[in-house]
Amino acid sequence: MQINTPFFKQRAHDALADANLQKALGNLKAGFPEKRAIAVSRMPEFEQLRDQGRDLKNHILEHLDLYLEEFERKVIENGGHVHWARTADDANRIILDICQQVDAKTVTKGKSMVTEEIGLNDFLEANGVQPVETDLGEYILQLRHDHPSHIIAPAIHLNLEDVSEAFHANHHRPKSSDPAVLMQEAREVLREKFVAADVGITGANFCVAETGSTIIVTNEGNGDLTQTLPKTHVVVTSIEKVVPTLEDMTLFLRLLARSATGQEFSVYNTLSSGPRREGDQDGPENFHVVLVDNGRSEMVGSEFQDMLRCIRCSACMNHCPVYGAVGGHSYGWVYPGPMGSVLTPQMIGIEKGGMLPNASTFCGKCESVCPVRIPLPKLMRHWREDEFEKHLQPKAARYGLAGWAFLAKRPALYKPYTRMASWMMKAWAGKNGRIRTLPLAGGWTDWRDMPAPQGKTFMQAWKEQQKAGGQQ
Amino acid sequence: MSRAEILGNIRRGLNRSEADTERQQAVQNRLACKPSNLIPQRAQLPAAEQVELFKTMASEAVSELIELDRFDQVPSACADWLSSQGIRELVSASNSELRELDWSPLAQQQIEKTERVAQAGDLASLTLSFAGIAETGTLMLHSGEQSPTTLNFLPDNHLVVLYRSAIVGVYEEAWKTLREKFGDTMPRTVNMITGPSRSADIEQKLQMGAHGPKKLVILLIND
Repeated sequence: MQINTPFFKQRAHDALADANLQKALGNLKAGFPEKRAIAVSRMPEFEQLRDQGRDLKNHILEHLDLYLEEFERKVIENGGHVHWARTADDANRIILDICQQVDAKTVTKGKSMVTEEIGLNDFLEANGVQPVETDLGEYILQLRHDHPSHIIAPAIHLNLEDVSEAFHANHHRPKSSDPAVLMQEAREVLREKFVAADVGITGANFCVAETGSTIIVTNEGNGDLTQTLPKTHVVVTSIEKVVPTLEDMTLFLRLLARSATGQEFSVYNTLSSGPRREGDQDGPENFHVVLVDNGRSEMVGSEFQDMLRCIRCSACMNHCPVYGAVGGHSYGWVYPGPMGSVLTPQMIGIEKGGMLPNASTFCGKCESVCPVRIPLPKLMRHWREDEFEKHLQPKAARYGLAGWAFLAKRPALYKPYTRMASWMMKAWAGKNGRIRTLPLAGGWTDWRDMPAPQGKTFMQAWKEQQKAGGQQ
Repeated sequence: MSRAEILGNIRRGLNRSEADTERQQAVQNRLACKPSNLIPQRAQLPAAEQVELFKTMASEAVSELIELDRFDQVPSACADWLSSQGIRELVSASNSELRELDWSPLAQQQIEKTERVAQAGDLASLTLSFAGIAETGTLMLHSGEQSPTTLNFLPDNHLVVLYRSAIVGVYEEAWKTLREKFGDTMPRTVNMITGPSRSADIEQKLQMGAHGPKKLVILLIND
């Protein structure tokens, strides 16, 4: 996927002015956060589950190499194959190879963000294998040559009319604006694809070391048809998804659906443990797991290790005021929202991804809803420090900060300067106390007034309070 | 080689060597003992209340419930439900328990029953559930010679037989039963199913019947 992350500012600007996008984003704000809150209120032990989820993920990461080896051993014992992919290119080549071995013409795909990350669809297509997305949202996007803007609700940036037009243009049926009719259309069109596919590719929410199983968590059932009907099932997943036992997987399942869609449990939670057994009448004959690294192993032991706890529930972006205002495409690559702001610089480099950790109000809402308590604001600050140390920030920001630091470190200058600035801003604002334009601050005042400072500076107020003996 | 590089990177990051017996012990212990994590109070109930919770949660997930006193009432219940939907066919799992039933009620209502895996276009299937999980009203099914997986996903309507005695409180109990039955090697697939298929991918408005069954009917046998 093309990297547009460096253009975050322009893209966010455009997104704010895009009425259709703003309408679509309204559906998100009213939906997921409220549903999550209800689900959490029905599970009194939810905060304890979050603590355990964090601790268990930490235990897994401290033993990640060993659990991966156990998982691999068990998959092979079950009759499956495990492939290790250091990079996105490695992963794509491995998957293409599997497809070519069975002479695949078309592959159906269940929803998978890792395959978005490695750019699998374009690679397969360029090599003569036709991928067919089967998740309703992903299918809509494939028809529109579009990409997901959310990790679990990929088409959240679209409105009914967009879907209606895409289906009308591709299905050659009468145009409908009834969501039920549109879904039935997709069901009928994709049914033929499911049956005809040579290979089915899915992701995995977790990989269970104890049993050598992968699990997908879905609501539509497309993932199950994708992995059950073709002769070959390829699971494309990443190394941090391994969990020790079924009991441990269960802990994360209790957290996942509630944090994601606010459901008590997703409709289909399906474990796959190898190819069909002797006597089985259906199911794939070949079972492959591709374990993708793509920068993750380098996060182990680094200040970003906590990010590897992520279970991809999307709660952080669902609750993020920045994501809610500008949508996922503004972020310019695969993973949007707070989790994307931490992961993207790791995967595409801080040089290209540096805008994202800055695209935050640091309100802390993301951390407060994260099911595995990832300190997302802290991790974004690490990237900002990294960016500063590498001299990657724009000159204006750098000189501005240097100027401020010069003043802040010199109280004799800082105090009179802030007093003067506060007085000047008050004077500039006039009687109603609102500043309509301010030099160098157009990014703020173009959209809203800046309130003028009221009363005294903090230092003045502090001094007076100390004199009064700490009384208010 | 990717595998060695990835594992080497992880070990370097953790500052640990491959032959770290302390960590290996911790991993082997966890895999052997399979400690439970927190189990919510919700489903830790006497058996009768677990069944009630199962019914409540299954209904909330939009599963249809039909309660039967005896297993031998399954054919007439299927016949009645299929007739009410105007469906004249039923694909059944090639299950010996189901096969032994008297299926004449289907024939009486001109409904044809076949035993095979599912095909595109099938209108209804019948399978047997391994367990019911009260916590979320979830059915647990597994693949095997007598239970093809396609029957759970491809037909428009899925009818599932569940014995009252197979209802457990929480997932952990089902894992235990599964291990007792299969030992170290899991069946190819285990399906946890909570209601019929759905999607909210168009404008975040929930629509029932995306790719899997549009209706899920649980035939609960009060054995």
